[in-house]
Amino acid sequence: MSTVLELTDVVKTFPGVRALDGVHLEVRAGEVHCLLGQNGAGKSTLIKVLAGVHRADSGTLLWQGEPFAPASPQAAMRAGIATIYQELDLVDDLSVAENVFLGHEPSRAGFTRRRTAAAATRTIMASLGHPEIPPGRLIKDLPAAGKQIVSMARALSHDARLIVMDEPSAVLAHDEVGNLFRIIRELTGNGIAVVYISHRLAEIREIGDRVTVLKDGRTTAAGLPADTPTRELVGKMTGRPFEYDFPPRAGADPDTAPLLVVDGLSRAGEFAGVSLTVRPGEIVGIAGLVGSGRSELLETIYGGRRADTGTVTLDGRRITSVGTAVARGMGMAPEERKSQALLLDEPVFKNMTLASFTGFATVGFTGARDERAAARRTAEELDLRPRDVERPVRTLSGGNQQKVVVGRWLLGHTRLLLLDEPTRGVDVGARAELYRVIHDLAAGGVGVLLVSSEVPEVLGLSDRVLVMREGRVIREAPAGELDEDAVLDLVMAGSLMEGEAA
Amino acid sequence: MTAGTALAKPHRFDENVLRNLGLVGVLVILVLVGIITRPELYSDPAWVKNNIFVILQQASAIGVVTVGMTFVIIGGGIDLSVGAIIALAGVWSTTLATQSYGAVGMIFTALVVGIAVGLVNGVLIAYGKLVPFIATLAMLVAARGLAAQISGKQTQVSANDTINSIASTKVLGIPTLVWILAAVVVAGWVLLNRTTFGRRTVAVGGNPEAARLAGINVKRHTLLLYMLSGLCCGIAAIMLTSQATSAQAAMANLYELDAIAAAIIGGTLLSGGRGTIVGALFGVLVFSTITNLFAINNLASEVQNMVKGGIIVAAVLLQQFRYRSLTNLLRRRNDRDNP
Repeated sequence: MSTVLELTDVVKTFPGVRALDGVHLEVRAGEVHCLLGQNGAGKSTLIKVLAGVHRADSGTLLWQGEPFAPASPQAAMRAGIATIYQELDLVDDLSVAENVFLGHEPSRAGFTRRRTAAAATRTIMASLGHPEIPPGRLIKDLPAAGKQIVSMARALSHDARLIVMDEPSAVLAHDEVGNLFRIIRELTGNGIAVVYISHRLAEIREIGDRVTVLKDGRTTAAGLPADTPTRELVGKMTGRPFEYDFPPRAGADPDTAPLLVVDGLSRAGEFAGVSLTVRPGEIVGIAGLVGSGRSELLETIYGGRRADTGTVTLDGRRITSVGTAVARGMGMAPEERKSQALLLDEPVFKNMTLASFTGFATVGFTGARDERAAARRTAEELDLRPRDVERPVRTLSGGNQQKVVVGRWLLGHTRLLLLDEPTRGVDVGARAELYRVIHDLAAGGVGVLLVSSEVPEVLGLSDRVLVMREGRVIREAPAGELDEDAVLDLVMAGSLMEGEAA
Repeated sequence: MTAGTALAKPHRFDENVLRNLGLVGVLVILVLVGIITRPELYSDPAWVKNNIFVILQQASAIGVVTVGMTFVIIGGGIDLSVGAIIALAGVWSTTLATQSYGAVGMIFTALVVGIAVGLVNGVLIAYGKLVPFIATLAMLVAARGLAAQISGKQTQVSANDTINSIASTKVLGIPTLVWILAAVVVAGWVLLNRTTFGRRTVAVGGNPEAARLAGINVKRHTLLLYMLSGLCCGIAAIMLTSQATSAQAAMANLYELDAIAAAIIGGTLLSGGRGTIVGALFGVLVFSTITNLFAINNLASEVQNMVKGGIIVAAVLLQQFRYRSLTNLLRRRNDRDNP
């Protein structure tokens, strides 16, 4: 196979930061080349250099043998490099066809040729194996998986020879990932090269041909075979060998009275008849796909949504609103850190005390000095990096942002912590630290109710596991009695996506 | 990591100080233009002192409104009805019936009317889920209509000497109106920077969902912000009534635009979550100094409005430029401190 893209010693500095510090990457036609690295390793910057958003300061880029320096995203697109970003850059209120041809609409004398665009879109959709997505459908009416297909169709509409995919599986449920892989295989079968970025090693094994590892803006391993042992890959990423480590825990005393009691909770169209308990010091995990109602359930328990029927009680007292939940000692780290949990421009300490600053205040006047001191202690406890509590949260990596959110609830008198996808977008090193923090919390008597799409995480962290599907709890068992395959089988049987995709 | 960096001032602080210094620079330039164009006036110290008071008095009522507006904008909203609220509060407090209750009755009426209209705005926006722009636009029209109805489109003269003397008296050599502005600005600064109310305002405007999930009652706080703005309008209504010794339905015309512009020039982010009271005050002072500059040169007010528009655009452009270069600078320094 011929080399289509070759990067040698690429450097990109931003004021004060060497984001890329000697990157080597060689991508061949028709291969899936995986890019691996922790948060902050330079993956995003590298993508933006390829996509024409940033220009490299030095080093050579060869695209199909020619020196290449795209001046704009349009230039990169024209050259045949398409990028599918993690946060899909589609316009919600435009149709599928309008999005596919956004910026290069077929037109005659300034008038768009809608029928041509629709027909071309239909052809592309069919080639992607999704003829059922109508060109006229609005993007906002599509599920996440459908949006991704549209992004891919847009790449193909440019006749891309290289498609960069930034964590494409992050927004997908398990069965949709299978479909994504099928499409990727078809693309590579046609000689298109794919650069695939993911935190999930299992995916890289399944879809990848070769792997390039980045650490601190440098290539630490180029073009390794995708079946390189985990230990070696993680070693290249972190500079130290690592594997998921869930230390054994004592677990909660089964005789203690439950802290949280959820009884027959239902919300139309989201979940129905959910009953569960969490004891002090117990970690209860909920496994389920995106769309199984798990996030909605968590938010309803927290008082953020009104239940149609059923009750939530903490220590025998009813929870009816977020206000009462927080006042009685509940805390939640929501699924979408940036949009649901953080004030990105505010300093770390104000984010950490967002739920407890009234407790530091005297007759309405804030106690910023005490807040800073408390936040500094929490930052120490969580090994927040950098340790600076004045720094705006925006400047922290995903893992450290998550620590700030968790730290918020360490600061209060939290007795029950709800965690929704606590390690999404968090790199391996920070993951291990978050696991430790969760264990420490439970050891200190805090009850934890956690939701995650990663089954090993749910099984490894929890004492007890509930499996959810289509809004119902279909299995409840001690974590020790379940294995990954059994849970996946339960979760997958009957998909919410049926009817949407073929 | 040393204790020194951990104790360093928040980065925002540096940015705000720089912006305010920029506004002070603009004020200095405006004064210099005044000196160059009318040197004979500026050679008289008594005139200069008096002129400063003129500028400050001119800034007083709009300054009070801008403090309230700044809170609303930081909290993620906008209040287009401030001018109309002033007119309604002014007219209501100068009806013959109200005037019969004396100065206290008039002040009480103006404040209550202001807060009540703010309450209606707040309920519509927070609980009725109306977009702030629409709700307060509707209030702008409706409140002025009610003011015209109450006054019968007549100018209502204030016969109350206590009210009328507010604008004409001085305390410790400084006009009373300027003291009122100073008190509102100081109170606003403390409220924003040193109280839980201020912290909630920033949180609600910066990320309402995060604030809600942290247990903050976003709706109630939004309601309170519009009531605060209404209160400021009530205060401003008294100040303007005192200055004119009368009130009418057309008073405080376009105050909403001046207040929003002053807040924005002062560094308040229109999308919410960020802003300063001191910056807003400087924004107001820049505007009233321009007005003064045109007045002492006997120039037409049409030109003045064009200059104002230009200043708004220039200030925002300058801020964007400075903000970018400044964040780069801060990042560099950060990386030096935290290698």
